[in-house]
Amino acid sequence: MKKVVCMVLAAVMLMACLAGCGSTAAETPSSGDNSSTASASAFKIGGTAPLTGGAAIYGNAVKNAAQIAVDEINAKGGIQFELRFEDDQNDTEKAVNAYNTLKDWGMQISLGSTTSKPCEVTSGETFVDRIFALTPSASSVATTDGKDNQFQMCFTDPNQGSASAQYIADKALASKVAVIWKNDDVYSKGIYETFKAACDKLNIEIVSDTTFADGNDTDFSVQIADAQTNGAELVFLPIYYQPASLILAQAAAAGYEPKWFGVDGMDGILTMKGFDTSLAEGVMLLTPFNADSTDERTAAFVKKYQDMYGEVPNQFAADAYDCVYAYAQALEAAGATPDMSAEELCAKMIEQFTSMTFDGLTGTGMTWNTEGQVTKSPNGMVIQNGAYVGMD
Amino acid sequence: MKNVMVRMKTSRQQWITYAFVIAAYIVLQILSGQKVLSSTARGMLVPICAYVVMAVSLNLTVGVMGELSLGHAGFMSVGAFMGTTAAVSLQGVIASAPLRLAIAMAVGAVFAAVIGFLIGIPVLRLRGDYLAIVTLAFGEIIKSIFTNLYIGIDSRGYHIRFLQAPENLEEGGKLIIGGPMGIGGVQKIATFTGGFILVMICLIVIFHLVNSRTGRAILAIRDNRIAAESVGIPVTRYKMTAFVLSASMAGAAGALFALNFSTIAANKFDFNTSILVLVLVVFGGLGNMLGSVIAAALLTALPEALRSFADYRMLIYAIVLILVMLATNNDDFKALLRRVIPGRKEEREDA
Repeated sequence: MKKVVCMVLAAVMLMACLAGCGSTAAETPSSGDNSSTASASAFKIGGTAPLTGGAAIYGNAVKNAAQIAVDEINAKGGIQFELRFEDDQNDTEKAVNAYNTLKDWGMQISLGSTTSKPCEVTSGETFVDRIFALTPSASSVATTDGKDNQFQMCFTDPNQGSASAQYIADKALASKVAVIWKNDDVYSKGIYETFKAACDKLNIEIVSDTTFADGNDTDFSVQIADAQTNGAELVFLPIYYQPASLILAQAAAAGYEPKWFGVDGMDGILTMKGFDTSLAEGVMLLTPFNADSTDERTAAFVKKYQDMYGEVPNQFAADAYDCVYAYAQALEAAGATPDMSAEELCAKMIEQFTSMTFDGLTGTGMTWNTEGQVTKSPNGMVIQNGAYVGMD
Repeated sequence: MKNVMVRMKTSRQQWITYAFVIAAYIVLQILSGQKVLSSTARGMLVPICAYVVMAVSLNLTVGVMGELSLGHAGFMSVGAFMGTTAAVSLQGVIASAPLRLAIAMAVGAVFAAVIGFLIGIPVLRLRGDYLAIVTLAFGEIIKSIFTNLYIGIDSRGYHIRFLQAPENLEEGGKLIIGGPMGIGGVQKIATFTGGFILVMICLIVIFHLVNSRTGRAILAIRDNRIAAESVGIPVTRYKMTAFVLSASMAGAAGALFALNFSTIAANKFDFNTSILVLVLVVFGGLGNMLGSVIAAALLTALPEALRSFADYRMLIYAIVLILVMLATNNDDFKALLRRVIPGRKEEREDA
């Protein structure tokens, strides 16, 4: 019996230790829920992103670009930001932990999550906690659906699918198309479905419709052969760039040379390590951001990004950069001060974002509807000599 | 005489485990109520409960039954999807959230048990490595099924489709499971108390099973299958009992886990999750339920505690794992443990 008591006491001590660790790790002088009021003179802005793992290229792009924007705005004086990103490994469970870590830190406004599925979870949390969130790149509809304080800087997935089909029809790029998509991915599936629906309306014939999933995403010979034998003139790839790079390489090896059409997930293929960029020659994609643009602000941003991180920024980076600037504009217009609580800021931001017009790197005259979805026009890009060039 | 000793040992271990879990629950509940716990820690309470149940249930298969299963996340997936479907369907019918959680966990457990039984028929004919590989394959099959399954509900009842969404949902109907998108917009009804009750129920069931006639038969089969068969123990039946029980607990854990997040996708319950749960079991010690409980809590909390190391944290996590494995298998360290906790003495001698 004595031993039982001993064990119980030891257990209690252990748990107390753990609990202690948990709260000291948060560091900020906060007491539980009331932590959302910052004492400093800067707005605390946070986001979760996959900084490690398979989707790290997006997470780091978002983090780096947001940091550049924050540094620029802070240097100007006026509104000050304090930025923090936490790693969510593109996993819903880790995203909630990362979000809670940010909440403990005292985050007042959020950059949501970088990728769709984690953002669906964190948007549920920010909705309940009344923290305003503007995600740079989580494009699924479920992210903003039914949540008044969730906004997107990127297009929604359905929007991309129908816009792509429209673009193909308008430019008369092809009448027979093939689609290779990833059937266990929200992003890919979302684009595919609206693309298919739009194709039916626009009389574009889908002659080959093949899929792949996690785990069998290295050999695409079956899908490529199917597209080839059915005579597809254009292959639509609503997928991320890693599998797309393999498809391009394997199609080239098989001697199949259709037109390739991608979506914003394709962005990043040129900066991928070990990828022969000549394979991507002639690939078209719909993206709101063009790193080769002669626009003054874009050029300045691209140069700064390259100097600091040695890479050409992709669309995710540009979206994140825009997010921070959109926040700066909205906070200024609302007359918000850093001592306001997250809840007060949330109400002000909803009011601002649904009424303001924003000019950024990824579009001019952007507006948001009450659903939190952005309106801006996509540009067709084509890869030439290892760089994006505007198609129009 | 020895038999009596063994029984005393297991029953003592049983009470220590109960006491530990109850004490941990009370302490955490008080800390949480007083807002001493950070949001991060509070957010992890329910996942920890789910992982604890996963670990103890897998321990039943791996530690007690002695068969290596690599598809445990598959059962968790069945429970998660079926339990959440039940919870969503009952949203307008039953107002009480705890009751809905309980029903969801029960539904998850029943479905996982049925799947466990079906899988058990071919799987339990195999042994050792072969069984491990086949369970792994079944885990992947379950994942593939759920990434392609669509379940919608409207006034005419459920619409179940494979590969594509049901087209003819009535106005006001709702797509519950949306293939690769999984389940979205779920009301979060999982609570720490619910998780705690599930952990206690699972522990009580497992300890009662292990200390029963059935449990002794299972142990006999584990230690020497031929000898057990020769004295007339129906091997398949006892193994099936343990396997189905283990699967149903994983199903309940899955429902608890899924209802703690507003969205859940089948990708979450992949091979990595199965391995993670196996790591928890090995970390805590095969057949040692208290060990599984502690391992699940520690290893779930550890990556979060290491956040300050940023990019290096998963590396440090791995190193900690290796060091703990080495330390717990080190004779000097065991000797030290024996001196600190005198109660462990006899256990070690028996083992």
